[in-house]
Amino acid sequence: MSGAEKITVTVTDIVPLNELVTRFKFERTDGALLPTFSGGAHTVVEMKDGDTTRLNPYSLMSDPMDQRAYTISVRRDDAGRGGSLFMHRNVKIGDEMTLSYPVNLFSLDLRAKKHLFFAGGIGITPFLAQIKQLERTGGNWELHYACRSEALGSYVDELTTHYPNQVHIYYDEQDQKIDLEHLLDGQPLGTHIYVCGPKGMIGWVRNTAEQLGWPREAVHHEEFLAPQSGKPFEVKLAVSNKVIQVGEHESLLEAIERAGVDAPYLCRGGACGQCETDVVECDGEILHRDHWLDEAEHASGKKIMPCVSRFEGKTLVLDR
Amino acid sequence: MSKFEFPPSITSRPIWGSLTPRQGKHHLMIAEAEGAEAVLDIASPELMAKTHLIYLARGTDYGDKLRALNPQHFRESPTFGAARQRIERVLQDAAMGLQLYLTGTEGMMGQVMQMAVTAGIPHTAIQTEHRGSTARRMQCVHCKGITEDVEIDPFVCSHCGLNLFVRDHYSRRLAAYQGVCIDAEDPGNVPESKGIYE
Repeated sequence: MSGAEKITVTVTDIVPLNELVTRFKFERTDGALLPTFSGGAHTVVEMKDGDTTRLNPYSLMSDPMDQRAYTISVRRDDAGRGGSLFMHRNVKIGDEMTLSYPVNLFSLDLRAKKHLFFAGGIGITPFLAQIKQLERTGGNWELHYACRSEALGSYVDELTTHYPNQVHIYYDEQDQKIDLEHLLDGQPLGTHIYVCGPKGMIGWVRNTAEQLGWPREAVHHEEFLAPQSGKPFEVKLAVSNKVIQVGEHESLLEAIERAGVDAPYLCRGGACGQCETDVVECDGEILHRDHWLDEAEHASGKKIMPCVSRFEGKTLVLDR
Repeated sequence: MSKFEFPPSITSRPIWGSLTPRQGKHHLMIAEAEGAEAVLDIASPELMAKTHLIYLARGTDYGDKLRALNPQHFRESPTFGAARQRIERVLQDAAMGLQLYLTGTEGMMGQVMQMAVTAGIPHTAIQTEHRGSTARRMQCVHCKGITEDVEIDPFVCSHCGLNLFVRDHYSRRLAAYQGVCIDAEDPGNVPESKGIYE
């Protein structure tokens, strides 16, 4: 079976934080301890939604050393494919669910002398775990957190109460904006940047840092892409000798799994590279949506990331 | 001619690059001896106006030419050892975005890289260009003593006196190549020394 190892858990707490975000707490059903993790790790939550199995990654926000429970915060996406809506509407305290072991694609670089965090909206969650990790080890950190409004500022009160000197909040609705160039100017050598939030914010922070001469290795980002819906298409799997149909609201990876073919994956969000698949034949256009393959690989039409990318055209044959 | 084409070797051996101007508000260039030529090759008035240039002369005479580039700060020192504290201080006060350019011998570049990495610059973000002497900074794997500027192979460890074979095995942490006893099994049976690249 692909993906990280699985853990059976019970939902022990559900706390709505605001209009859009709800927090879920999971404890192991067998009463044993959960594995520790490192700040920035995510877990893939398995949701049994009727006939559909949804597998969505969520950043772990609890203390990485607390093995009694994991917590995640889920932002409801009304226009999404239904995973967050399922969490909000269907999951109840006492439900049994399956989580993957933690996987970290956004870890702290512990050589850094200072960690400079930029969060946008729900992008705050990995930082909550990283802050707890750094507080245990006396790490030097600073958070710049942009939210839409005071009402939607998840964890703002908690953060500003505990860390009044390290946390800076910016509300879009009040026209408050991170003064990025000024902020990056003069940061001591050994500072690392971490950004998690909407695509535009990640691009803005990365580009500004690059223009100011920051080394690429000192700028970290995490962006999970939710698979987008699209026109249904047909794919032939050469190794398993199957022809499968990918539905409008289903990802290619999900369709492969539905057909009973075991395909590798980890993040399911176009970031980790685990599901990279060779294209045997392609008559049409691959709609690349990942940020794993580089531009040349996208252009070559020889590889596809089935977790987020789709296809339009006549024939697509994959080496799977 | 100050450039030397190093023969291909094992993956442990550093591959030095060639300097190119980069974007950034602050630039630190350290040029040792013939390394001055690499700085002269990339210098432009805009770049030098933002550059702190440290020239380690080691008996060469590029001082006037480098000063004429009008760097923001210029310091001439006779050797790396004499400039070490200054480099440390500059790195200590530096901010992210600083571009570091090193050119000269492998020993100097390796040691400044070590200091810069400790100060917080990822080693992959440091530019280097080898110029001048191909002498190596060697660590005796037996007594751990460092012998600077080794030009011949085998050579005698300046600390413990063992006859050492010059390996291409390099340590970024120590900024030194490995020297291994060449006559351990048959003491005294030492091949005649020749130049490392002869």
